[in-house]
Amino acid sequence: MTGLHLTDLTIRHGDATLVSLTAKVAPGEVLTVMGASGSGKSTLLAALIGTLPRSFGMTGGIALNGVDVTRLPTRARRMGILFQDDVLFPHLSVGGNLGFGLPARAPDRAKRIDAALAEVGLAGFADRDPATLSGGQRARVSLLRTLLAAPQALLLDEPFSRLDATLREQVRSFVLDRARAQGLPMVLVTHDAEDARAAGGPVVTPLGVPVSV
Amino acid sequence: MRQGPFLLRLVPGLTLGLLSAPVIAGMAGTLSPAFGLDPLSRDGPGFAALISLGDWPGLWPAARLSVVTGVVSTLLAVLISLGVVATMIGRPGFATVQRILSPLLSVPHAAAALGLAFLIAPSGWIARALSPWATGWTQPPDLLILNDPAGLALVFGLVAKEMPFLLLMILAALPQTDAARRMTVSASLGYGRLAGFTLTVLPALYQQIRLPIYAVLAYAMTSVEMAMILGPTLPPSLSVQIVLWATEPNLTHRGTAAAAALLQILLVAATLGAWRLAELAVTRLLRRVASAGRRGAWLDGAFQPVVLILGLVPALALFAGLAGLGVWSVAGLWSFPDILPQNLTLATWMRAAPTLWQISATTLALALVSTGVALALVLACLEAEHRFGLNPSATVLWLLYLPLIMPQVAFLPGLQMLALSAGVQGGFAPVAAVHLVFVLPYVFLSLASPFRAWDGRIAVQGAALGASPDRVFWHLRLPMLLAPVLTAAAVGLAVSVGQYLPTLLIGGGRVETLTTEAVSLASGGNRRVIGTHALLQMALPAMGFALAVGLPRLVFANRRGVGLA
Repeated sequence: MTGLHLTDLTIRHGDATLVSLTAKVAPGEVLTVMGASGSGKSTLLAALIGTLPRSFGMTGGIALNGVDVTRLPTRARRMGILFQDDVLFPHLSVGGNLGFGLPARAPDRAKRIDAALAEVGLAGFADRDPATLSGGQRARVSLLRTLLAAPQALLLDEPFSRLDATLREQVRSFVLDRARAQGLPMVLVTHDAEDARAAGGPVVTPLGVPVSV
Repeated sequence: MRQGPFLLRLVPGLTLGLLSAPVIAGMAGTLSPAFGLDPLSRDGPGFAALISLGDWPGLWPAARLSVVTGVVSTLLAVLISLGVVATMIGRPGFATVQRILSPLLSVPHAAAALGLAFLIAPSGWIARALSPWATGWTQPPDLLILNDPAGLALVFGLVAKEMPFLLLMILAALPQTDAARRMTVSASLGYGRLAGFTLTVLPALYQQIRLPIYAVLAYAMTSVEMAMILGPTLPPSLSVQIVLWATEPNLTHRGTAAAAALLQILLVAATLGAWRLAELAVTRLLRRVASAGRRGAWLDGAFQPVVLILGLVPALALFAGLAGLGVWSVAGLWSFPDILPQNLTLATWMRAAPTLWQISATTLALALVSTGVALALVLACLEAEHRFGLNPSATVLWLLYLPLIMPQVAFLPGLQMLALSAGVQGGFAPVAAVHLVFVLPYVFLSLASPFRAWDGRIAVQGAALGASPDRVFWHLRLPMLLAPVLTAAAVGLAVSVGQYLPTLLIGGGRVETLTTEAVSLASGGNRRVIGTHALLQMALPAMGFALAVGLPRLVFANRRGVGLA
């Protein structure tokens, strides 16, 4: 029962069916959802993370590692999310942002944060202002913050689309490799075929139609 | 260059001068008698006025009352509105909250205070609803609920009136804080709503609402009409006492009033300073808490219901109080503890009609003139900003807020003396001019963001088709911005209608508006007549807002692409 299981997940708005998916995403695997804008990609992510407005009708189920999370609030789902922008909190230092992600009961907080930074080539960055970081560095900090909270799945909302071509490849493999290493099932939403190829898993539209890339 | 643009270029500076000159001149005029520096002084330069203020036995209680009621009501209003937003953000009821609050914003302070007074007085609706079955009262009890010495009724009134204002300010600022995504990120990391909001959204949000909060704090510390109706009387709050002294016909207490005004300014400045220090301390604390990773999910269960109740009670009380005003205005015989009058009659309205017509006309004329001028100046300022690529600095924003943050009692008495010595006190034009000082900032704040957010590509498209900048303004920008312009006008009308102290002092008692009359009737206790005045006082701004909503819908009935915000 490990992994992220979508059972007949159907989302309607008015008369339109936006999402219709059945999928099993194993730990370390990526399900890529592709489609033009307005095709229901963000609706799917909102449903997975638990922020779908009530005006959308949703049926079917979402289970994570055997737990039905369909009706759980966002904070109880244990799914991390990365947006197009890094959404680093500008009022906190790099270390403060990571501390926000690290659970309170974790011992040796400062040490763990320093070690996590060192591991991704950002040793000594804890006291830096996020605004002084490069795009690639910010992306790494953002992923670290998500991973430090020990999620059981990772949702990717076009997280590479704002980066330029060279950086894009670098950040993409960094994110995918680290999430794979932690055995997280991933859902990647993108409109970029290159992203889909790099992810390596099945590629479908929000309505479950396979896409060949 | 043609002359038109050159004049336009001068408008922003002129407008800021128009706002700050009366405040600064009035302050000088208010404060000079404190040191015997004015021509009317009996003793010449010196500290006699300060000493006479020091001798007043009510000084300490009045000053304490000003600080305590101001700080407590502002703190409550800020915390409750932030709590309501944190609880409701991203939930379906959020839009409803907005719709309920908007009309409350246009209710003048005096009407709100009178409504609440009707509600909570010993013979008010609450006492009636509980009598005699729960309380055993068959007569209104002899309790000091209104005008209680601790100022609780005043605090309640201030919270009820300022909360809608702060909530709408927060709602306007939210889109600039990336609130939705920050809430999602913090929730996906396991944070509760209140904790996530406080730790991730609030720091960005607070920057945007700091000035409105300062304006609320300064107002709450120095409010005159609300304090007259709901506040303690022996001694009253410092600002009320200043007005009592400043309006004495024989001028004997002018020096004392000036010294008290000086004290009031210092109190407001010191309180704002202390508030700023507290902000810094809280900011540091929140950063530390955020880095510690505590999810605080338990806070939601414990505090969300409390916050919603605390937000609902003042709003409902305000609605009920205002409804009470309406019932009193048509009440026939209404004895205690009946919950409704025995019969309804229009007699009060008929009797008051001649006066009501007259003062409503004056009120409306003042509002239309001051709002019209304010609107013209604000549009010219914004158009100048756009055409000449001006970038208003933080100083400009502070100057704009100056009339809202500077206590009215600190500069209006001085302006009154200036008007008196210039021989224009009691005229319509000076009163309209001083209304403008308060109307203009609100019109600007209401119109600035929609004006700046207007799609600039349309202007480029128009210019590419050969239209002059003037033509683009009159034929494209202004028509497309009809809805926000009318909303700003409605805000301006509401602000003007609600002005009490400026009308009283500059009008010298000879320019009577619904607000000055309602407040002066308040002490008399004829609830039926008060009801008529307060009801009209609410009706004028309400009609303005109704027009602001309805007119664009009518004009653009067949144009779906025009935003009808």
